[in-house]
Amino acid sequence: MAVTDIRPTAASVLETKAPARARNMGQFIRWLLLFIGGILMVMPIAYMISTSLKWPHEVYNVNLIPEEPTLENYTYVLEDGRFYLWFVNSIIIATITTLSNLLFDSLVGYTLCKFRFPGRQIIFIAILSTLMIPTEMLVIPWYLMSQSFGWLDSYWGIMFPGLMTAFGTFLMKQFFESVPDDFIEAARIDGLNELQIWWTVAMPLVKPALAALAIFVFLGNWTAFLWPLIVTNSVEMYTIPVGLSGFGDEADVAWELIMTGAAISTIPTLVVFLIFQRFIIRGVVMAGLKG
Amino acid sequence: MTLYRDLTIRQKHIVWAWAFLAIPALFYGIIRFYPTGTAVLISFQNWNLLGSRTWAGLENYRELWNDPVFWKVFRNTFAYLLIGTPVSLVLSFIIAYHLDKLRFMHGFIRMLYFLPFMTSAVAMAWVWRWFYQGVPIGLFNNILASFGIAQIEFLNSTTNALPAVLAPAVWAGLGFQVIIFMAGLRAIPTSYYEAARIDGVGWWTILTQITLPLLKPTMVFIVVFSSIGFLRIFDHVFNMTTNNPGGPLNATKPLVLMIYDTAFNGFNMGYAAAQTVVLFTILLIVSLIQLRLLRSE
Repeated sequence: MAVTDIRPTAASVLETKAPARARNMGQFIRWLLLFIGGILMVMPIAYMISTSLKWPHEVYNVNLIPEEPTLENYTYVLEDGRFYLWFVNSIIIATITTLSNLLFDSLVGYTLCKFRFPGRQIIFIAILSTLMIPTEMLVIPWYLMSQSFGWLDSYWGIMFPGLMTAFGTFLMKQFFESVPDDFIEAARIDGLNELQIWWTVAMPLVKPALAALAIFVFLGNWTAFLWPLIVTNSVEMYTIPVGLSGFGDEADVAWELIMTGAAISTIPTLVVFLIFQRFIIRGVVMAGLKG
Repeated sequence: MTLYRDLTIRQKHIVWAWAFLAIPALFYGIIRFYPTGTAVLISFQNWNLLGSRTWAGLENYRELWNDPVFWKVFRNTFAYLLIGTPVSLVLSFIIAYHLDKLRFMHGFIRMLYFLPFMTSAVAMAWVWRWFYQGVPIGLFNNILASFGIAQIEFLNSTTNALPAVLAPAVWAGLGFQVIIFMAGLRAIPTSYYEAARIDGVGWWTILTQITLPLLKPTMVFIVVFSSIGFLRIFDHVFNMTTNNPGGPLNATKPLVLMIYDTAFNGFNMGYAAAQTVVLFTILLIVSLIQLRLLRSE
C-alpha cells in the first residue's frame, strides 16, 4: 500500500462515511422498490403463462407455480386447429405488411430526402397530414370499398390499409438525412442508376432504422384488432387477436384455456423481445424521438 | 417526345423521383385521402347499409347532439384521457428518474418494465378480465379475500369499471414512456448537474429547476402520444366487456366502440361517420394544442 501524506482524520471519516452509508442505503431502497415494481409489472404475464400450465381444478389458486404443470391446455387449444390457422394468418399478414412498409416507406423517405423536384413539398405535406387522420375515421370507407371490390374476408382486405405508413416514411426520411450526399454523387459517377443507388448504397446505411421500423410494423400488425375484426367474417380468416377475442367469449369460464390462447398470441413477441432486447429498446427510442 | 437520355441531369432526377413516388402517391390518394373525404361525405347522409342512401344535411350531427348515449360516451372518452394521461406520465417519470440512477441490474429491471409493451392488448385484456372476477375466480378478489378484506366489484360496477378497464391500458404503455423518459434524461448535459452540485443545490431544486424544464419536449411528446392513445381506446374495452360491450350501462363505452357499434352492428353508416368526424376533430384539437406548446419553447 502506498503511504499517503493526507491521512483521513477521524472526523473526516465520520463525515464522509455517514453520508456514504446513507447513500448506499438510499440506493438499496431505490433498487428494492424498482425491483418490486418491475416484478409487479410482469405479474399479469407471469400469471397468464402460469395459468395456461395449470389443470382446471387449480386455476383459482393464487399460487404462481403450478403444482402439477401440464401442457394439456396447449394440446387442447391447438388440436382444435383454429389457433393454428389464426397464427399462420397473423404471421403472413404481419410479414407481408412489414416487407411492404420497409420497401415503400424507405423509398418515399429516400425520395423526399435526397431528390429536389417539383411537387416535393406538396407530397411531403400530404403524407405528413395523413398522420392526423385516425384509422377509426377510415374504417367505414375502407369497409365500403372492400365490399364493392370483393376484398372482405381476404388477406388483401386485412392488409391493404397498412401497406405504407406516414410514420415509417418520416422515420426513414430522418435517417436518410444522415447518409452523406457525397456517397450518392460518387455512386452516380460510378454509373449506378438511381434505383441501384437507393438499394445498394443508401439502404445498407440505414439498417438500424429499417430494423426499428420492422419491429414496430410487425408488432403493430400482430396485435391489430379493430380493422381485422371489421373486415373478416369467416373463422378461417381471423387473425390471432380477432380469433382470441371470439374464443374468450366461447370458452366462457374455462380461464385456463383463455390464458392458453392469450399466451399463444403473446409468447412469440415476448421471445423476440428477449432475444433482441437491447436492440429493440434502442429502436423504440430512435423511432419515438425521431418519428 | 424526348428520350430519357436527352434529358438534363435535373430532369432525369425529376423523372426518377416521380417514378419512385408513383405507387405511394396512388396509395395515399386512394387509401387515405379519398376515404377521408368519403367519411365526411357520409356523415351528411342517411345511410343504412342495407337500404337507401339519402342526403341528410346536418341531421346526423343534430341527432348526436341530442343523444344522451353520445354525451355519456363523450364523458367516458375524456375520463380515459384525463385519468390515463397524468397517471401514466407521473408513474413513468418516477420510474425513469430512479431507474436512471440505478446501476445494479439496470438492464434487467428496465426489461421488466418494458415487457408489457410487447404484449397484445386483446390477450392482456382477457388476462386482466380474469383478474377482476369475483371470488373464487379472480386473482385480485382472491388476494383481498385471503387478507379478509371485502370484495371489490370491478367490471360489474358502473363506477369502478372504467378505471378497471383503463388500468391494463396504462400498464401496457408504461414501459414505452419509461424508455422515452430515460432517453430524455440521458440527453441532459451532465455539466448542468455538475454546476448545480458545485453551487451546493439540493436534489429537489435540481429536479424542479433543471431536470423537469429540460425534459419539457420529452413530456410534450409523451403527453400527446398517450393522449391520442387514450382517446382512441377500444381493444381493452371491447374485450373486457364482450358480454355487454361498453357496459355496464355504457359506463365504459368510449367513442371508438360507439362508432364500431353504430356502423357494424346497427349498420347506420351516416350516424357512425358523423361520430368519426367528431373523433377526428377532438384528435385534431389535442394535436394543435401540442404544437402550440412545442412552439412556445
